[in-house]
Amino acid sequence: MATQNTRKLARAMLTPSVVILFVWMIVPLVLTLWYSFQSYNLLNPVNNGWAGFSNYYYFLTDPSFTEAFVNTLVLTISVLAITVIGGIFLALLLDQHIVGQGIVRILVISPFFIMPTVAALVWKNMLMDPNYGIFAWLATRLGFAPIAWLQDYPLFSIILIVAWQWLPFATLIIFTALQSLDEERKEAASMDGAGAINLFFYIVLPHLARAITVVILIETIFLLGVFAEILVTTGGGPGFASTNIAYLVYHQALLDYDVGGASAGGVVAVILANIVAFFLVRIVGKNLDA
Amino acid sequence: MGKIVLEGVEKTFGAIKVIQNVNLTVDDGSFVVFVGPSGCGKSTLLRLIAGLEDVTAGKILIDGVDVVNTPPAKRGLSMVFQSYALYPHMSVRSNIGFGLKMAGRPKAEIDRKVEAAAATLNLTPYLDRRPRALSGGQRQRVAIGRAIVREPKAFLFDEPLSNLDAALRVQMRIEIARLQDTLGTTAIYVTHDQVEAMTMADKIVVLSAGRIEQVGSPLELYNKPDNLFVAGFIGSPKMNFIPGAAAGDPGAATIGIRPEHIAASRDSGTWSGTVTVAEHVGSDTFLYINAGPLGDLTVRSVGEMGVKPGDRIFMTPEPGRIHRFDPAGHAIVAAH
Ligand SMILES: Nc1ncnc2c1ncn2[C@@H]1O[C@H](COP(=O)(O)OP(=O)(O)OP(=O)(O)O)[C@@H](O)[C@H]1O
Ligand SMILES: [Mg+2]
Repeated sequence: MATQNTRKLARAMLTPSVVILFVWMIVPLVLTLWYSFQSYNLLNPVNNGWAGFSNYYYFLTDPSFTEAFVNTLVLTISVLAITVIGGIFLALLLDQHIVGQGIVRILVISPFFIMPTVAALVWKNMLMDPNYGIFAWLATRLGFAPIAWLQDYPLFSIILIVAWQWLPFATLIIFTALQSLDEERKEAASMDGAGAINLFFYIVLPHLARAITVVILIETIFLLGVFAEILVTTGGGPGFASTNIAYLVYHQALLDYDVGGASAGGVVAVILANIVAFFLVRIVGKNLDA
Repeated sequence: MGKIVLEGVEKTFGAIKVIQNVNLTVDDGSFVVFVGPSGCGKSTLLRLIAGLEDVTAGKILIDGVDVVNTPPAKRGLSMVFQSYALYPHMSVRSNIGFGLKMAGRPKAEIDRKVEAAAATLNLTPYLDRRPRALSGGQRQRVAIGRAIVREPKAFLFDEPLSNLDAALRVQMRIEIARLQDTLGTTAIYVTHDQVEAMTMADKIVVLSAGRIEQVGSPLELYNKPDNLFVAGFIGSPKMNFIPGAAAGDPGAATIGIRPEHIAASRDSGTWSGTVTVAEHVGSDTFLYINAGPLGDLTVRSVGEMGVKPGDRIFMTPEPGRIHRFDPAGHAIVAAH
């Protein structure tokens, strides 16, 4: 994109997709905005009309909102941390020359192909169930009392499940970047006296910066809206202990039948996502135009 | 100090013997060039010395100490790679200073040495740039700067100039030779460009298929090639090879004569033939001649010579410039 000419061409080529995406985005957004200022409860069809900011007021002052907000942040940041650090670690392992490399790689990638609901159900029933789950069996074998993961550590359990699903994605992206690292550059560094640890921090990690940025940006988009995993495992509970904002909006709309309130929640979620995106791009986005 | 001795060095990759029984002494302060055709093992031999590959057998002595089990960083050598292998996310300053930083030297010392190296290499204005914002020649200089700041026992260069254009290559060739001369540091330089080899080397090592064919000064190799391979490899255009019998010398299986040692004439000479191609490059004329039983010959004559393809031409070899080889391809020493 260097010359006037290519820039003009690029704009022309981009226009159709930008227009479609804009319409695609703007219609639901405007509808949501509209409903968020209406009294609109499915259980009380008579009471409708202009509601002013009361939907927002109730949504934001509800204690469940604060809890869901904190949960959303904790969930997103923990999963990001686990997947990025775990992804780097796995990618470094996959980069070693071992027998059966191909099979190991496919195995590592496979969780990504499993639907969120299925993955969550497998974790809930096969692994975390306090009676017949594998974790419980392991605990009893080792002489501990089995833990009721989803009741006692609901948010932690969900973090674990979601991280398990996203780890392959992070690994794959980081692994690809790792493979594009020039062998001669590593050799030059080793001639310069860099040991394994210095090599990692001075040569490998800076090379991975861009890939890690991509992982963080893409995962954040999805992690802010984690829903299926919560629905099939804890249902947001106990109480609101594992409810995030996406789930809270669902809770309002379809369990409390409060469309107006849920729309207000949706708008709040969009604003929050934008704030997060703003800071993310500020912090890590500069790696992209390196 | 930087004397490097190879004793019976061998390297195999899987079942393939890439380096076979190499014995070589590189004197302290000398400039040694490895030449040979592509795939003959020049890079591999250099990487063995650097420690980037493990030897299969043999010893590598640096200043009398066997280093085959010493990691690259501890051998006290520095290497300039063909791709330069700069660190793209670091400034030129950090690139050059990286080795010193890894060695845990104090910041003031690193700065002083980096700046001195940059001054020698005319890199001072670029110290705070990233490698991406440099030209090919400047990147090359950064790679050299990175090699010299560490004050190594020897420099290892693997075809450092092959990514540069012809003019820059000549300039860098002179700079590298001058730098090595000023610093007095041993240098081993890999190239397949024989002009580089002839102009830079104190000693040339000709390799073929993982073996050393001959070691000698550039003029030794030019004047007294040990065998057909070296005779054909050194010199451009290539030496002419003529079956001994056809050339009236039944004592040799093959005789060799360089294109520049044959005088061409329009009216008389020892041999005769028909011009097939005449290349006029201004200072010289290269004639490709079909000389019947002698085969195809190349002749270089100085200046312009108005000959065209199809012209009949006579040739006279310069006496004392004829190389004689036995059936196994070895030079017959007690020659003319
Ligand atoms: N890692 C490796 N595994 C197997 N074979 C290798 C390996 N590295 C090099 N070889 C083989 O060793 C031989 C010598 O390779 P090398 O790179 O030393 O050649 P070279 O003389 O430097 O050639 P060039 O002038 O093309 O750079 C080649 O036949 C090559 O295929
Ligand atoms: Mg090579």
